[in-house]
Amino acid sequence: MTATRTAVKEDGFMVIDRLTASLQSLGTPEFGNEKAQAGAVGPALLCPVIPEDWGVAAEAAAAQGCRWAAGWGEARGESWVVNALLEKSGDYLLLRTVLPPGRTGLPSHTPHFPGAARPERHTRDLLGLKFTGHPDDRRWVRHQAWGEREFPLRPDFPLSGQPPAVTAPDRSYGFASAHGPEVNEIPVGPVHAGIIEPGHFRFLALGETVLNLEERLGYVHKGIEKLAEGRDPEGLARLAGRVSGDTTVGHAWAACQAMECAAGVAPPERALWLRAIFIERERVANHLNDIGAICNDTAFAFGHYQFSRLRELWLRDNLRWFGHRLLMDRIVPGGVAVDLPAEATSAMPGAMAALRSELEELKPILDESTIFQDRVVGAGVLPERIVRELGCLGYVARACGIGRDVRERAPHAPYDRLGVKAVTRSDGDVAARLYVRYEELFASLDIIDQCLQRIEPGPLRTAWRTPPANAEGLGLVEGWRGEIATHVRFDGSGSIVRFFPRDPSVFNWPALEKLILGNIVPDFPLCNKSVNGSYSGHDL
Amino acid sequence: MDWLLALIQAVLFTLLAPLFSGWLKWVKCLLQNRRPPPPWQPYRDLRKLFGKRPVVADTASWLFPVTPYVVFCAAALSGAIVPFFAVDLPTAAIADMIVLVGFFALGRFFLALAGMDVGTAFGGMGSSREMTIASLAEPAMLMAIFTLALTASTTNISVAIDYLLDTGLALRPSFLFALGGLLLVAVAETGRIPIDNPATHLELTMIHEAMILEYSGRHLALIEWAGQIRLMLYGVLIANIFLPWGLAREFTPEALGIGAAAIAAKLGALAVALALAETSVAKMRLFRVQEFLGFAYLLSLLGMLSHIILEV
Repeated sequence: MTATRTAVKEDGFMVIDRLTASLQSLGTPEFGNEKAQAGAVGPALLCPVIPEDWGVAAEAAAAQGCRWAAGWGEARGESWVVNALLEKSGDYLLLRTVLPPGRTGLPSHTPHFPGAARPERHTRDLLGLKFTGHPDDRRWVRHQAWGEREFPLRPDFPLSGQPPAVTAPDRSYGFASAHGPEVNEIPVGPVHAGIIEPGHFRFLALGETVLNLEERLGYVHKGIEKLAEGRDPEGLARLAGRVSGDTTVGHAWAACQAMECAAGVAPPERALWLRAIFIERERVANHLNDIGAICNDTAFAFGHYQFSRLRELWLRDNLRWFGHRLLMDRIVPGGVAVDLPAEATSAMPGAMAALRSELEELKPILDESTIFQDRVVGAGVLPERIVRELGCLGYVARACGIGRDVRERAPHAPYDRLGVKAVTRSDGDVAARLYVRYEELFASLDIIDQCLQRIEPGPLRTAWRTPPANAEGLGLVEGWRGEIATHVRFDGSGSIVRFFPRDPSVFNWPALEKLILGNIVPDFPLCNKSVNGSYSGHDL
Repeated sequence: MDWLLALIQAVLFTLLAPLFSGWLKWVKCLLQNRRPPPPWQPYRDLRKLFGKRPVVADTASWLFPVTPYVVFCAAALSGAIVPFFAVDLPTAAIADMIVLVGFFALGRFFLALAGMDVGTAFGGMGSSREMTIASLAEPAMLMAIFTLALTASTTNISVAIDYLLDTGLALRPSFLFALGGLLLVAVAETGRIPIDNPATHLELTMIHEAMILEYSGRHLALIEWAGQIRLMLYGVLIANIFLPWGLAREFTPEALGIGAAAIAAKLGALAVALALAETSVAKMRLFRVQEFLGFAYLLSLLGMLSHIILEV
């Protein structure tokens, strides 16, 4: 990418050297000035480009070392708006292009950002846009229940859908194959022997060693984006809380943050502290669950039941103090729905101290269990290079030494006052992902402690103000799996026209395909659990 | 009379095997802070399965429906030749330890073939893993048994136990080694943690369960039952060879009563020990199994060597 390239300057669209300046400002003090000059969506600098430059822009961003953080499209009248969110050093840049009516082709970002492959297939499937130069033309979330010319996110497609009586079998999906007398093909799922979400895994194995793994997801596609159209803010917050049940607080907060940013509503101070308490409580519950589940996948019954017990006690406290075990629908547009009861203020520090001491007691038991350590250490190693290529998030990235954490890099209120440090490990194996979670448990307990100390009496909700037509917002929150990026746009009457939640699993699922290579087949469940992507959050 | 008693013993063995598994599960549940199902739960499960029609894949050959019966018969017959609460029964005289090992191998041979018969990936994977483990476990087991045979100068289990009861309590280093070897083999052969996890739902990690994934209804019931018999068989073998005291040597009601109480107590204690071990260790990486079974073989071999060096 060179600054000498001269692109056609059309009204409103940025020439490419202007883009380079914007890209170079990411992560520097210049970023604020750029934002003031060029306009912004939430925390992200808005950067319109013409469709012809869409691929070149990605190339320039890749050259600058940006991370491709999300991509989505929407129909606006007869034309199409396509967005790509880029990040570098905690600063975000929103690339946007408008495809004129009748045109559906756009250069793909995948050649420059491998992590963009599935999000682009998602956009292509649901909107019917074409990404030229995309290496994969197979359907992704739009399984055979939709006809060749049916695109569920287009405005003319009915909300109720047009489901066929029987969904056609997905026989034509061409999985990668290998030939040889020793190669086994092992299809697993989408229905599994345990009670988990559906997803298909296709292994190619040489004896027990995995040669290749290919995922086929999309079985839990619920049409979240379509269902959001026309909702009021309250309704959208409820819907966002159901994108992935285990991340209900994270998604609801990201959606509310985006809506508040669009409407210019600032939630009151007390609500912000409470939101932080909720999301950290969600993080603790899920990390406890995952550590227990990793123990279970190695058949280490003692560890499994101890961590399950701790999680259960934690969830019961949620129910007692905040009225819901998973804290669903506790975050609402403009604030929070429940207050911190006096009982919780007095009892929570004690409960957390008890959890801390149990965790400290359990850690040496895990550390000293030889067979358990033998299973987790060195299993499923993810190279740091892959994390950078795919843009992996959360504990998956942090276990490879890349401290991606919104709370540290792009802290929003109230984290800007807390000084969170991302927990990292460098080995990138199952053990690293396990121990990153373990340390984050303690870090989250510390954060809750701080929140409890600093929370002041005050109102819980700011009155909602209907935003102007086309007002849009971006929410960026560190959920327990990693960064959640959510985009919303309103119509003139205060209801939603576009809602796009991007769960961190989108970039962690492809990492699983890489980290399993060279491992043995019976270690897959353990590696999978250590990543624990959300099927529901990915499939939308 | 003897034959009647032998028949009663064989039938009792088969009928009581589910109770042993139930008891083991009950202890494990308590150890893991869970509310246990009653120890007779396996009987309910078997009844339920026997009441269901088996579903057989279109691709299955005659081997698939025949295997459960072969496996069950092999297990029940091996139960008949092991001294349960009395020795010197006529059934014990017609078969020895080599036959016992042969019965185990027969059942496994058919299970492994049936696992591959339908043509699913899991069945083949399970069969391949099972045969890998069996090929390592069988020599270790034979070696442990030969140690006993050398001491008692017979391969007949009943006669050997008789000999041990006659010589009374003697500290034999060879037996300690052989016991260690046989314990490890038993864990591997009955599909317990740390080799295999009988309770897992993770289809990719299964060994024994992967082979029988396609079975349902009464076929599954027979295979499960055979598995329970096999588990108890190893328990009885270990209890009666290494701690033979209490076994009935005359067929009087008192002696038989003592024999029954003794084996119940031994098996009960053995199940507690197994449950403790299973709760406190994790499952090994599959490719560590050969080290585990190599160690079992080493122990058995040391048993035989120490017999030759120290005890002859």
